[in-house]
Amino acid sequence: MSHRVVVTGWGVISPIGNTAAEYWSNLSRGVSGIADATIISTDHLTQKVVAEVKDFDPRRYFDDRQITTLDRVSQFAVVAAREAVEHASISFADGLSERTATIIGTGVGGQSTQDESYKRLYQEHAKRLHPLTIPRLMVNAPASQVSMHCGLRGPCFAVASACASATHAVGLAFHLVRSGGATCAVTGGSDACITFGTMKGWEAMRIMAPDTCRPFSRDRKGMVIGEGAAIVVLESMEHARQRSATMLGEIVGFGMSSDAVDLLSPDESGMVRALENALADSRLSPEDIQYVNAHGTGTTANDEAETQAIKRIFGRHAGKLAVSSNKSMIGHALGAAGGLELVATLMAIREEIAPPTINYLGPDPACDLDYVPNEARPLRIEAALSNSFAFGGLNAVLAVRRLW
Amino acid sequence: MDDVASDVIAIIAERLPAEKRNFGMADRLEDLGIDSFSAVEMIFDLEEKFDIQISYNSNDARFDLETVGDVISAIKNLVAGRS
Repeated sequence: MSHRVVVTGWGVISPIGNTAAEYWSNLSRGVSGIADATIISTDHLTQKVVAEVKDFDPRRYFDDRQITTLDRVSQFAVVAAREAVEHASISFADGLSERTATIIGTGVGGQSTQDESYKRLYQEHAKRLHPLTIPRLMVNAPASQVSMHCGLRGPCFAVASACASATHAVGLAFHLVRSGGATCAVTGGSDACITFGTMKGWEAMRIMAPDTCRPFSRDRKGMVIGEGAAIVVLESMEHARQRSATMLGEIVGFGMSSDAVDLLSPDESGMVRALENALADSRLSPEDIQYVNAHGTGTTANDEAETQAIKRIFGRHAGKLAVSSNKSMIGHALGAAGGLELVATLMAIREEIAPPTINYLGPDPACDLDYVPNEARPLRIEAALSNSFAFGGLNAVLAVRRLW
Repeated sequence: MDDVASDVIAIIAERLPAEKRNFGMADRLEDLGIDSFSAVEMIFDLEEKFDIQISYNSNDARFDLETVGDVISAIKNLVAGRS
């Protein structure tokens, strides 16, 4: 039996707000979270701008004993998950815990732990590492920590597909609840890889913007690394109805594909197949969509290929779409990006506002859609797509719909 | 040919298939088949070899190192600036 799947709670840690409400307030006002890094020294970095989570003090959320077990990436995931569960006003007692899945995407897992450990070993010549080094840095740590902190005993695992991790995670959770394999799911993504080591790695790729992220704009100079987490509570519509939960939106489709072409360069036809699959899965037609929350990294290659892919799928209707990239404000939170963008998409539907693509200087001939430049716009959205396209050629698209 | 020029040529040649290694100063990197990914690797090799910092962003179309000769003279300037 197929179940309709609704979202009943969300939680966010982001460069523009450490609650979902603050995130949306800033997102819809076009507030930038991009600035010089402060959590790491930029003395030996040429790439100085990042989109950091601000004012995040783990002691506000955890006791000292808990903090030693949690890398920053897991702290973000747990705090966002707690907010989502509280927002959903859900109790997992009476057997629901066993029927609730925890599927959390992350690109690279516990990078702070890894970076600090290597520094101790190779630079300070330490003889030993902290006993919790491995459980803090393992890529499933955010998923395991969310399951423990929220008491969820159903299927639990991590999904790693670089920049598409959260979208793949939510998509799998959606299919699991739709099929009846789980009644509820706590799902989304988390990443926290603003460390000296990872930043040197990103720097070496030569795709980072030195100033800010300008998706789809002329003179865009690339991406800006972000961090954060976004977690949603999914449940079958019957279950949400039974307990009189507030339904925030419906997930109606999920499409995936892989390019199998190039490790880095995006492939338009791979994007097209993921978009097609999401539409087919949702039984929506292209004309039903008013808003696309773009992957929109701000690199020359992604933004051109994504624009072409949207035009191929939507044809003449592409000109009527509002397409915007949250990365202009929150940078690229990698494994969390798809979660942050899904929440933004659901909020856009609910609030009837398309969030803007800020830092937009003017059109690039290769990017000729309506990107909601610089200012949010009132927009009645019946259905929308949220795109994630990852390094390694991994594509994932979610389709969501207004409930009423 | 001086040492810098021959080292730069060797580093560029490493990125090319054998049949394209007989290039001249005026040959354009793009025509030789150096795409943006190979360019990034080539720049890494040049920075490591000469202990210099080359500013290059693959999103920036205004990259002025178009030909083999351009690369050699840019590296010579950077090496001169270093010492």
